[in-house]
Amino acid sequence: MGRIVLDKLGKRFGVVEALRDLNLEIADAELIALLGPSGCGKTTTLLMLAGIYKPTSGQILFDGVAVNDLPPQDRHIGMVFQSYALYPHMTVFDNIAFPLRLLRRPVDEIQRRVLEAAALVQIEALMDRRPSQLSGGQQQRTALARALVKQPTLLLLDEPLSNLDAKLRVLMRAEIKHLQRRLGITTILVTHDQVEAMTMADRIAVLRDGLLQQVGTPDDLYYRPANTFVAGFIGSPPMNFIPAQVETTDGQVAFAAEGMRLPAAEWTAPHLARRRGGPVLVGVRPEDIRLSLVPGESAVQGRILDVEPLGRELVVAVTVGRQVVVAIAEHGFAGKPDQPVGMFVPPERIYVFDPTTESAIV
Amino acid sequence: MEQVTIPAGQLRRWRTPQEVAALAQRARRREVLTQTMIYVLLTLISLPIVVPYLWLVAAAFSERVSYGIIPSGFTLNNWRFLWVANLGFVSGTAGRLPNIWQVVANSLVLAVGTAAIVVVVSTLAGYFISRHGFSRRAGFLKGALALQAFPGITLLVALFILLRSLNLLNSMLGVILVIAALHLPFALFVMKGFFDGIPWDIEMSALIDGASRLRAWYTVLLPQARNGIAAVAMFSFLWGWTDYIYVLTFVLRRSSWTMALYLNSVIGEYRFADYGLMAAVGVFYMIPSLLFFLFTQRQLLQITLGGTKA
Repeated sequence: MGRIVLDKLGKRFGVVEALRDLNLEIADAELIALLGPSGCGKTTTLLMLAGIYKPTSGQILFDGVAVNDLPPQDRHIGMVFQSYALYPHMTVFDNIAFPLRLLRRPVDEIQRRVLEAAALVQIEALMDRRPSQLSGGQQQRTALARALVKQPTLLLLDEPLSNLDAKLRVLMRAEIKHLQRRLGITTILVTHDQVEAMTMADRIAVLRDGLLQQVGTPDDLYYRPANTFVAGFIGSPPMNFIPAQVETTDGQVAFAAEGMRLPAAEWTAPHLARRRGGPVLVGVRPEDIRLSLVPGESAVQGRILDVEPLGRELVVAVTVGRQVVVAIAEHGFAGKPDQPVGMFVPPERIYVFDPTTESAIV
Repeated sequence: MEQVTIPAGQLRRWRTPQEVAALAQRARRREVLTQTMIYVLLTLISLPIVVPYLWLVAAAFSERVSYGIIPSGFTLNNWRFLWVANLGFVSGTAGRLPNIWQVVANSLVLAVGTAAIVVVVSTLAGYFISRHGFSRRAGFLKGALALQAFPGITLLVALFILLRSLNLLNSMLGVILVIAALHLPFALFVMKGFFDGIPWDIEMSALIDGASRLRAWYTVLLPQARNGIAAVAMFSFLWGWTDYIYVLTFVLRRSSWTMALYLNSVIGEYRFADYGLMAAVGVFYMIPSLLFFLFTQRQLLQITLGGTKA
C-alpha cells in the first residue's frame, strides 16, 4: 500500500516560506504531478517526502502513519533525480545493487533482482559500464532501475525528463507511465513542464509561491482552471487574457474590450448579472479561436502581426486595438503579416476571471 | 515595411582558391613559429631549475668534480653511506654519521605519521565544513587561512615550550603533531574544495537508497574525493619527509635524526666538502619525492582550493 496524506504541510528556510499549508491526498498506485514554475515549492515538497528536509509544520502520513521524524533510509522510497545522481565510481550493476546491498540481501537475490530491474528498463546489456560511459537516456534508465529495485512503496521523480532531448522525452514519458501502471507504485512527479504533467499524471497539483493553486485531473485543469495562474500555466501557447467590461443589451450578456465585443454563453448570464458594467478578465485559449480572412464575416476584426508555422498548425499573433491575441490556425491558413483578419470565439469556450482576485467567475 | 537593399558593389567579394591556399599556408607557418617560440621560451625558463638537478645526479656517480662544477670518472663509491655503517672522517663517535637505514626509518615514521594525521583530520573536517552550515563558519575558515599564512618559524620557541610541558620533546610524535597542525589548513581547504565539487544530489540519493549519513560518506563521497585524498596524502608525506627545522629544534637525540639532518651533517661536518658523497645523499633523499610526483601527477592536477563559500 502507498497512500500518502500531506496535512497542512509547511516549510520555512529562515524567513523564506517555501511551502505553506499544503493539503493533499494521494491514493495508492496513483501518479500525481506537482507542477509549477521554479521556486514554487514543488522540490521542497518532494524532499520532505523523501525525508531530506524536515517539515516545519504539518504532517506527512504514509498509510495513516506520521513519518515526519523518519530518516530517509527508513522510508522505503525510490527517487530519480533530475541529474540522475548515479554513483560515478560504480558500474551500472553496482549502482542498481546499492540499495539492496544496504538492505543486506543475499548475493544471489541481489543478482536476480538487479537483473530484473535492469530488464524492466532494458539496460541488461550495459551492466558493466560506468555512468560516464552512458548516454543521457541510459543514465536515466539506470536511475529508474535503481529507484525501482527495492520495490519502494513510493516513487519520487524530480524533473526526470528535463535533461533528455525532445524525442527521447516523448518515449520515456510513455515508458515511465506504462511501468508505473504495471507495477502499481504510488508515484509523485515534480515538473515545471505542463505537457509532462498533463500527459503522465492521473492528477496534477499546481503550486505557486509555496501555495497550492488547484488539484485535479488534466481535464479539470484544462477545462475548469481555478484561477488565471492555472489557466495561463496549462496549455501551449498560453491562454490569452483580455481585460473587458460586462455589458448587457436586450438581456444579452457580452464582454466589451478595445476593438472587440464577445457574446457570453447564455448559461453564464446569471453569474455575470451582478458584475454588469464591472471589469472582468476574459480568457480565451488560442486553440479555441477561429480565424477568417473573409472580410466582414466575423465580429472581431484585427490585423496579423506574425505567423509562426509549426508544421501541423500555425501560431498566429493578431493585434486587436492595442491588445495582441494569439490564435492557432490549421495547416493551410493563408494569412500573411499586416493582413486584416477576422476572429470568432465560441461563447461556451470563454473563461471569465475576476481581475483583482484572479479567481475564475464561471 | 521598408525594403532594405545592399548595393551590389559594397558586398565583400569571396576569395579565389589561390588566395585561400596562400592564407591557409600563412596560418600554418605562423602556428609552427608560435609553437617553436613557446618551447624555446619554456626551455630557457626551466634551465636554471633543471641544470642543478642534472649536476646533482652526475656528481653522485662521479669520482671528481673539477672546479666545483664539471664531474668526471664513474664510481659508486659516493654511495658507500648505504653500506658503510657510521661513516666519518673525524675520530670518535660524535663526528660519525648515524646508520642511514635508521635515519630512513625515522624519516618514514615522520612522513607517514604526518600524512596519516593530516589525511584523516582534513577529510573529516573538509566534509563537515563543506556540507554543514554552523555559526562562525566564515570566521573559522578565515582563521584557518590566517594560520596558513603564518610562518611556522616564528612559533618555534612557543612550540618548544609547549612540547616540553607536554613531555613530547625529543619524540617523533611531537614533531609529527607540529608539522601536521601547521599544514592542516591547506589540506582542509583542498578537501573542502573536493567535497564542494560533489553534487548534493548524489549524497541525498545515497540516503534515500537506504544509507546512513556515515555510510553515504564512506561509500559514495570518499571514493569521489580520492584524488583529493591522494594529493593531500602526498603533500603531507613530503612535508614530513623534507622537514628540517622542527626536527632540528625538537629532537635532540642523534638516533632520532631524519634525512634532512643527515644531509646537513654531510655538508657541514667534513673539513673538506665531499661533493660526491653530498650529491649521492642528495639524490637518495630526492627519490621518494620523485616517485610520488611520478605516480600522482594526475591527482595533483585536480587540486582546487575552491571559494570560501560561507
